[in-house]
Amino acid sequence: MKSLVKIMPKKGVLDPQGKAIENSLKQLGFSQIKEVTQGKIIEIEIDSDNENDAREILEKVSNKLLANLVIEDYEITFPKED
Amino acid sequence: MKISVIVFPGSNCDRDVSVSLKKFSNKDPFMVWHKETSLPDSDLIVLPGGFSYGDYLRCGSMAANSPIMKEVKKSSKNGSAVLGICNGFQILTESGLLPGTLIRNKGLSFLCKNTPLRVENNNSIFTKNYKDKDIINIPIAHNEGNYFASENVIKEIEDKNLVAFRYCNHNGDIDIANNPNGSLNNIAGIINENGNVLGMMPHPERATDKIAGLSDGEKFFTSIIESLK
Repeated sequence: MKSLVKIMPKKGVLDPQGKAIENSLKQLGFSQIKEVTQGKIIEIEIDSDNENDAREILEKVSNKLLANLVIEDYEITFPKED
Repeated sequence: MKISVIVFPGSNCDRDVSVSLKKFSNKDPFMVWHKETSLPDSDLIVLPGGFSYGDYLRCGSMAANSPIMKEVKKSSKNGSAVLGICNGFQILTESGLLPGTLIRNKGLSFLCKNTPLRVENNNSIFTKNYKDKDIINIPIAHNEGNYFASENVIKEIEDKNLVAFRYCNHNGDIDIANNPNGSLNNIAGIINENGNVLGMMPHPERATDKIAGLSDGEKFFTSIIESLK
């Protein structure tokens, strides 16, 4: 099944890429843009037909490798396949 | 004295550091490929600078999970000294051998220059040949050298006197103006509580020969080698 791990910088942690995007958008004239944060999404195809089992494994891999909990939070989702 | 230098795909300071280690120990270090599952008996293990795994995901994150790192962790628990320089420091934080992490430089630029450091703790095996508050010139070369940790962790590091080096100016002043990368409390290098693991962003191996410009890194290597003899 298909899963997504979304990894975002924790609040208050320096996010220079988000800041740079934000400044660029403002420079382009989009004055409505208030704040931009950049993270990453990792798409994982996992051999499991049960979301709970899959989530357990994905939490392990997120804690072990995908995210650094000192500076990042993660969120696991299972998008519906087309 | 037995020394191992771990070589990851993308390490590029492994040769430089082994030249410096040999200069002061008169012995060739073992060069150990990251895929090895056993480590030669070592008094000192060095994780060199570079761009292991192309800095993919986060600097040092893939290397921290290399097969050899299990052995490095085991040896460090058994008392071997572990030194991480630049990418090696990033690998040490990613593998949990040192607290905190290293994030993107505050000014967003790759920094490559000689930087004054103040020796904050000369009671360690890595720094004993320096005088307390010595000001030394050591090059930095990094994009992610901004030391970050939670408030509690920073407090613990400071309370336990685990900062080895701080960025400063030539007078030893420690402030924002003399903080090249935004590191909390101008931290350039830290030691673990047991005193056998040190990580630092600056490159002492690039300051061990006057012909090449700088020699303030010599005392760093003589400290370690004399301590572990």
